[in-house]
Amino acid sequence: MSEEKVLFLQGNEACVLGALRAGMRFFAGYPITPSSEIAEISSIELPKVGGRFIQMEDEIASMAAVIGASMTGVKAMTATSGPGFSLKQENIGFACMAEVPVVVVSIMRMGPSTGLPTSPAQGDLMQARWGTHGDHPAICLIPSSVKEMYEFTIRAFNLSEKYRTPVILMTDEVIAHMREGVKLQENYEIIERKRPAPGAFNYQPFLDIDGDGVPPMAPYGEGYKFHVTGLSHDENGFATNSPEKNEKLLKRLKYKVDKDAEEIATYSEYLMEDAEYVLVALGSVSRTAQNVARQLRANGVKAGLFTPKTLWPFPEAALKRHLSAAKLVIVPELNLGQLVLEVERIVKGSCEVKLIAKASGELFKTDELYNQVAGVIGE
Amino acid sequence: MNNTLEYMRENRLPHIWCPGCGNGTVIGALIRAIDALGLDTNKTVLVSGIGCSSRAPGYMKFDALHTTHGRALPFATGIKMANPELNVIVISGDGDAAAIGGNHLIHACRRNIDITMVIINNNVYGMTSGQYSPLTPTGRLATTAVYGNIDRTFDLPSLCGAAGATYVARASVYHVAQLKNYIQKGLENKGFSMIEAVSICPTYFGRRNKLGDAPAMFNWIKENSTMYKQGVMEYDKQIVIGEFVNKKDPEYTKSYTELIEKLGGNK
Amino acid sequence: MAERTEFRLSGSGGQGIITAGIVLAEAAILEGKNAIQTQSYGPEARGGASKAEVVISLGEIDYPKATVPNYLLCLTSEAFRLFGADAPEETVVIVDAFVDTEGSSRKVISVPIIQTAQSDFKPIVANVIALGFLVAYSEIVTQEAAETALLRRIPKGTEELNKKALAAGFALAKTAG
Repeated sequence: MSEEKVLFLQGNEACVLGALRAGMRFFAGYPITPSSEIAEISSIELPKVGGRFIQMEDEIASMAAVIGASMTGVKAMTATSGPGFSLKQENIGFACMAEVPVVVVSIMRMGPSTGLPTSPAQGDLMQARWGTHGDHPAICLIPSSVKEMYEFTIRAFNLSEKYRTPVILMTDEVIAHMREGVKLQENYEIIERKRPAPGAFNYQPFLDIDGDGVPPMAPYGEGYKFHVTGLSHDENGFATNSPEKNEKLLKRLKYKVDKDAEEIATYSEYLMEDAEYVLVALGSVSRTAQNVARQLRANGVKAGLFTPKTLWPFPEAALKRHLSAAKLVIVPELNLGQLVLEVERIVKGSCEVKLIAKASGELFKTDELYNQVAGVIGE
Repeated sequence: MNNTLEYMRENRLPHIWCPGCGNGTVIGALIRAIDALGLDTNKTVLVSGIGCSSRAPGYMKFDALHTTHGRALPFATGIKMANPELNVIVISGDGDAAAIGGNHLIHACRRNIDITMVIINNNVYGMTSGQYSPLTPTGRLATTAVYGNIDRTFDLPSLCGAAGATYVARASVYHVAQLKNYIQKGLENKGFSMIEAVSICPTYFGRRNKLGDAPAMFNWIKENSTMYKQGVMEYDKQIVIGEFVNKKDPEYTKSYTELIEKLGGNK
Repeated sequence: MAERTEFRLSGSGGQGIITAGIVLAEAAILEGKNAIQTQSYGPEARGGASKAEVVISLGEIDYPKATVPNYLLCLTSEAFRLFGADAPEETVVIVDAFVDTEGSSRKVISVPIIQTAQSDFKPIVANVIALGFLVAYSEIVTQEAAETALLRRIPKGTEELNKKALAAGFALAKTAG
């Protein structure tokens, strides 16, 4: 018998528990498969800790409501899947522009449109980067286990609070719905947003006083009386047509995340030392790929697996570092080729990159992926 | 009273609205209502969407959220739910509230969440230069209805009343005393309140429809208004002024607070 | 214990197949093993064919689904047709005694699960009897762990019924040889 306490949790359940651990006190959502358990469990747990849950009239409204809640100083989250993620994009852009910390969970299913509601897919990777219009910062975490669903949700809140920006937690249906044993740490670091000094009522809500690109954020209702708009704005939060101020704002929004990109970006590696054949995979596919890499090693092929844990920013420098012995990079993904675009951009011709695409609404089986990878290596 | 300016951000003036616009009149009424009730300005949040009227919070000294088109109510719902102590006021226009935001409007009414919404109805999309809205009377002209509008209009008080709002009234930019009183009663109501302020847009609605200048449009409202119970609503023929709904029903955030208390979440 | 033991439980929606899978996996977790439970999800989980899979291992489990199940349970003829008839040779196929296997040469172990539930208990506990059978037959987890895990996932007031049904499943495994 194990000494440590192990919880047996579903992925979506672990997400809610992680959110509560991070201090979530508000959830707004709309029913959508395969993320509905997140709303259901939030509706059960939040009122017990004095938090609040609301099922809004649509996906757009639930995105709006979490931003409104966050403006009062409360940590807020919503959850959805592809069709709802599409609908949320405009207000995700608002949260980027108005610099409002919120966590948006999106459990990927087959698309486009209604697609296959209960089948795993990874077709929304670029939507998590460029789903909303205009230049904007993007942080997207991709768990591939139930434990990571818990821990990455905490990290999603931490990053959103630290950088005053929406953070996307995205994975596929397999990870969201499977149940797995989870050993939690005793302590997790919890980050709270920077606030202006109490009573500093001449506060400028968009002034980068610390030089880190992240202005302090006051809650509504404490006398700061500040104005927030989705229009391009000055340091005081009022619309401006000044070309200099507009560009300064957009550059700061990009800078505040870019400057720490390598610190934000995380990944895991498996059998990567001296790997000549590098698999790059995320979410549920990384689990199949790990099995395949192990089998290949057992058969004398120097294979390894690199798993991005943040999709955006992508762990670019880390991937480059791991390609010193690489002859071939192989990207299996549950879409017709999205992750491979980012990998090709990073590899930039230093070695060959091959895509193994699957878009049938099923997870890669181990034998299937092994045979395909072996086939690609043999070419 | 003369302290209206205390509520304004004078450094944000001049405003962007056209000469003769009714928006300033409505804001004046709102501020006098807030002043009459002595609302704590530190605990009062203004929320708006997109359009001419939605720029109003930018000129007023409160916490303010200028959101996306049609979405002021769900943002406001998040604010009110997360901190029910705040007074939450939404300022919207006819296109923002009744077209793109129509679904949010009926659901805010249905929940009876304690938000006061002032809809400034100028019968047209002004910010985008005069397209027809759900409140443009049938037959009227607009840049997207140059052959005459064939759409029918919403009757906002009937819509909101049927959807469950507990305070519903209509006044106009001519009836400023009633407008202030209705907004004040809306703010006092513990539930969802909708006050329609019939307004004018001389630039894009009046001119195209040959309704004359701003004073002429004010005069038209004056001469064609009637109190509720004396007629039916037809924006183009007569403006029915009055209180349509004033009742008590459970308020949404209070019901949720009671749930928290029942589950011991307040301890 | 093998590196990886895989179970596929199949039947029709409403038979409690998924709950049985969850309990089996949780029993393994209670014993300090690693376990993952997945399920078929969608319309077929509410009336059509229903499937739950459990992978149990002492080591890390990467691929979360069953590849070549060590044990396959089919509670309906439809489930047998879908998963049982073509099951790999290594797979032990356990079918309910009501399942129609005519026309298939597949070797199966036939167990009166539903009959036992109907005559000795209530039809609703067929999944618990099946769970008891799988636990005792495979010896993947102890019977105590299975009972502890089961009691966590059932409605209050049904403890005695469920414990007895589980024990009936254990007993069926003894005679199945």
